[in-house]
Amino acid sequence: MRDVVVIGAGMTKFGELWGKSIKDIFVEAALKAIEDAGVKQIDSMYVGAMSSGLFVGQEHLGAVMADYLGVTPIPATHVESACASGGVSFRQAYLEVASGASDIVLAGGVEKMTDGADVTEALATAADQEYEVYQGVTFPGLYAMIAHAHMKEFGTTRKQLAAVAVKNHRNGAKNPNAQFRSEITIDQVLNATMVSDPFGLLDCSPVSDGAAAVIVTTMEMAKKLKKKPIKVIASAQASDTIALHSRPSITTIGSVVNAAKKAYKMAGLKPSDIDLCEVHDCFTIAEIVVSEDLGFFKKGEGGKAAEKGLTAIGGKIPINTSGGLKSKGHPVGATGIAQIIELYEQLNGKAGDRQVKGARIGMAQNMGGSGASCVIHILEGGK
Amino acid sequence: MITARYHREVPQRYRLEAGKCTKCGYVAFPPRLVCPKCSTKKFKPIVLKDEGKIITYTVIRVGPDKFSKETPYAIGIIELNDKLRLTAQIAGVVDFEKLKIGQKVKLVFRKIQDDGKAGIHMYGYKAVLA
Repeated sequence: MRDVVVIGAGMTKFGELWGKSIKDIFVEAALKAIEDAGVKQIDSMYVGAMSSGLFVGQEHLGAVMADYLGVTPIPATHVESACASGGVSFRQAYLEVASGASDIVLAGGVEKMTDGADVTEALATAADQEYEVYQGVTFPGLYAMIAHAHMKEFGTTRKQLAAVAVKNHRNGAKNPNAQFRSEITIDQVLNATMVSDPFGLLDCSPVSDGAAAVIVTTMEMAKKLKKKPIKVIASAQASDTIALHSRPSITTIGSVVNAAKKAYKMAGLKPSDIDLCEVHDCFTIAEIVVSEDLGFFKKGEGGKAAEKGLTAIGGKIPINTSGGLKSKGHPVGATGIAQIIELYEQLNGKAGDRQVKGARIGMAQNMGGSGASCVIHILEGGK
Repeated sequence: MITARYHREVPQRYRLEAGKCTKCGYVAFPPRLVCPKCSTKKFKPIVLKDEGKIITYTVIRVGPDKFSKETPYAIGIIELNDKLRLTAQIAGVVDFEKLKIGQKVKLVFRKIQDDGKAGIHMYGYKAVLA
């Protein structure tokens, strides 16, 4: 397998982009990434998207985007792994370059969620349609059940959940591409309209439009192009049961544990070696559970860690410096790529006001459904 | 209307029919073709116990369009007395504040949702506090 590096990145602002179509936003992100990388052509491309068929009635996104990006006849593939579609798109591009099949590949992700579809119903297709969704469960509902179990088992509080949202908004306020650039308070989170107990509105990531893309290539090509390479030192993926109720534990996400184990082994690293981590905080409890399952904190200690500020910039392990899904926004298929872009900026020392000083190793954890898919990447910047 | 799709699930939704692995005893609900624990492909039909307890729950206050007239409603993961877990609404709860993890429940036959513009009733199991 060849060494694979990231040499370019581009994304749209995340938010309610009513004036732009799904094609407009994907092409905007892809053009920025190609320009940033300084490449004249790409050999292949991947488009991560969860459910463009339900959101805008358009499938076959690989060809759609290759056409509008003006790069036909290169191979172009739509990748779907629910909310992990972006991370898996990146992994496919990584594997294609590592294998030697292609030299320069674009990994992108997109979702257009504000064009009028029933978003709750579309998102719910990532759960078991016949045995969870049929009964009336929603995605906030699934993670809310994880939260209640975590509160009962470890004494996690609503205030600790709120601390995650407050911290992520503080980071997102410093991110020009974030959907919500406003700070919020613990009281605002606790007093927000209830969505699914124990979650109020501000425990939930928003409905967003957005696209993101990166260019991956070989170390040799990066040298030829005189680009500072950000090396991919681990790419790992794992699956778990589709239904939350089928898992032995409700408070541990098995796919995260398994993908993390593989990723740490591949990189030859341990949790304490990671300088910053982007995690899939679709709901506040997700960041808490994942911060435990990645090995940053002991099982059950994630809530306390968030409350003590250990996950803030300057803390033990800065988590979601980009603002996370909560504040940056969560255009589902774009999320996994946007996480890689945050690491790319941080490891290049170009994250502005939210820069983690001396950041060299970054991790991105992207998951689908209630955790039936998880994909983890570890990136390393120059020494 | 998704007639064929609905009828395929009737043995499970109406009668709690499951499969038990003949080698390791794993209970598959709904039935499966291959055991995820031991890879055996032989199951014998069983019927699940209809009593159990709440493992975790939530109260859904914002639902998908087809459940929007039902909100707020409680839903939970129920562990039946034969250890099989499933997701079901917890019906007939007057005071959501009194819902607790560990409470005993019984599965009952109820209408779950209406299908399409004609509003054809679709049935299945819900839990009620025992």
